[in-house]
Amino acid sequence: MLPQLIRRLGLMIFTVWGAVSLTFVILRLAPGDQATVQLGPDATAADVSALREELGLNRPMLVQYLDYLGSALTGDFGESYRFRDSATTVILDRFPATVLLAGTATVVALTIGLLLGILAGRAPGKLADRAISGITLVMQAIPSFWSGIMLILLMALTLRLLPSAGSGDLQHLVLPAVTLAIPFTALVARITRSSVAEVTAEPYIMTARSKGLPERLVLSRHALRNSVIPVVAIVSLHIGTLMGGAVIVEQVFAWEGVGSLLVGAVGNRDYAIVQGTTVLLAIVVVTMNLLADVLNARLDPRIRAGVAS
Amino acid sequence: MTTMGLVQNPAPPAPLAPARARRTRVRRVVAALPIVVFGLYVVAAIIGPLFIDYSPVGGELDDRLLPPGSVLSDGGTALFGTDALGRDLFGQVVYGARTSVFIGTLVVLISALVGLAVGTVAGYRGGTTDLVASRVIDVLLAFPGILLAIVIAGVFDRSLAIVVIALSVTNWIGFARLSRSMAMSLRERDWVKSATVMGVRRRRIIARHILPFIAGPTFALATTEFAGAILAEASLSFLGLGLPSASVSWGQTIAAGKEYLASAWWISAIPGIALALLVICVGFTGDRLTRYFGRRR
Repeated sequence: MLPQLIRRLGLMIFTVWGAVSLTFVILRLAPGDQATVQLGPDATAADVSALREELGLNRPMLVQYLDYLGSALTGDFGESYRFRDSATTVILDRFPATVLLAGTATVVALTIGLLLGILAGRAPGKLADRAISGITLVMQAIPSFWSGIMLILLMALTLRLLPSAGSGDLQHLVLPAVTLAIPFTALVARITRSSVAEVTAEPYIMTARSKGLPERLVLSRHALRNSVIPVVAIVSLHIGTLMGGAVIVEQVFAWEGVGSLLVGAVGNRDYAIVQGTTVLLAIVVVTMNLLADVLNARLDPRIRAGVAS
Repeated sequence: MTTMGLVQNPAPPAPLAPARARRTRVRRVVAALPIVVFGLYVVAAIIGPLFIDYSPVGGELDDRLLPPGSVLSDGGTALFGTDALGRDLFGQVVYGARTSVFIGTLVVLISALVGLAVGTVAGYRGGTTDLVASRVIDVLLAFPGILLAIVIAGVFDRSLAIVVIALSVTNWIGFARLSRSMAMSLRERDWVKSATVMGVRRRRIIARHILPFIAGPTFALATTEFAGAILAEASLSFLGLGLPSASVSWGQTIAAGKEYLASAWWISAIPGIALALLVICVGFTGDRLTRYFGRRR
């Protein structure tokens, strides 16, 4: 396991470097550098070139890149011209809200998704299975920005149960978390369903059933343990989708996390914030993938021994 | 389901009892429904704008925020109601279908071509080519979902080309991974080995002995990715980062309706239903294609 882990760590560092560099390239290809964007159309040429000088934008591209890479390594992404503060400070200020939102949505999605998946997968082709398959297909097809708006319409405007936007207390968390959890629940349910269906067809489940074990124990002790492994593996691959969904959901509910910060910064061309947020989210995705691998090795002795790849 | 594929019934199927035959027929019609609905969307996208007059700048201010089914000042009926500028919502849904289908098709075409080329070559050749391709894919996968599209669409000037590029940048990965893994296993098959031994050129082996086997699953994946591309385009438009505001997109209409949610729910609700229904039908079709090609493989 250890050499595998070291290899994975190396790959992870490479991937983050790639993400950092790609972000740099995209922002340099974009029309108008930070100086022209920041000063607006009314600025004089002298002002623009003075700011360019100040921001170091007239140095050779390679020097700028290395400088950016060096600063990024120390967690410095420059100063946000909108917030008049270090981009890293602004981003880290907003980050806990995103973690809270994505974390809650994950817990909700895993709980309900596993439950639905087991219900559907233990009797493939039966009514429960077909109903759950239909529901999850719809849940995955609904765009989250739309389901969010519809939840606002129903829960906030019509029933007046929950606030429609903003962040702060627990009430504000409910609608965004549910919205974000909807497609993810469906994903977990669908993977769990096929995994449970596959495992329950195994001979050892028949053995467990024929020796008279109650169905509850057959499922919890024999079927579930083995069906969870592919669920962890595939769900971890979709953590990126979850974080991307969080960006949109935050925008719908004016949730003060890094997602709404990024969308605002993209609109204002606040490049320091754009770079910092992108890199932070990439690190989150890569780290979560690594954690999922470790978790999977804990769950499956075959992976620990290096039998299954 | 698997036993049905494995155990062949030697006797010809007995004629079904009338009740069962009817049930089979009903099931067949239900199963065809998603494809029919999908087809309707495509037809609406292609010829709808010829019959329905809709202008993003037109609209009578007297007709603002009318509920679905209202009569307009010019005598017509607004089937889906009107928006805050008095523009017909039905027209927006039809024109939006055109935008969605057009962008979805373009993105999937580009992504499939790029993904297929990169994946097949990487999987077949292996070695350094594969290593480079795999690392590029790793880097792109580190960007969460739609994030890269948001950044690209956001910092460049808004245009159709930028939206298509922004969505294709991550969309091709699925195709590349599929064709890579398939090419890797096909490379070890006997007919490919024989062709190699006989001295057939690599390019010809890929074209004649590998690509035909990847085509089916790729088509199935293209259907699924089409749904994803439509959703992503709508998301970009919703964030205000999609097409220029002169064009019609469901995402834009849904975003515009959010302000009038309390008084005119239909502006956001109806385009969303149109979008979700299309994605569901495409998803159903994609699932069936995936199952079909999965069994044959």
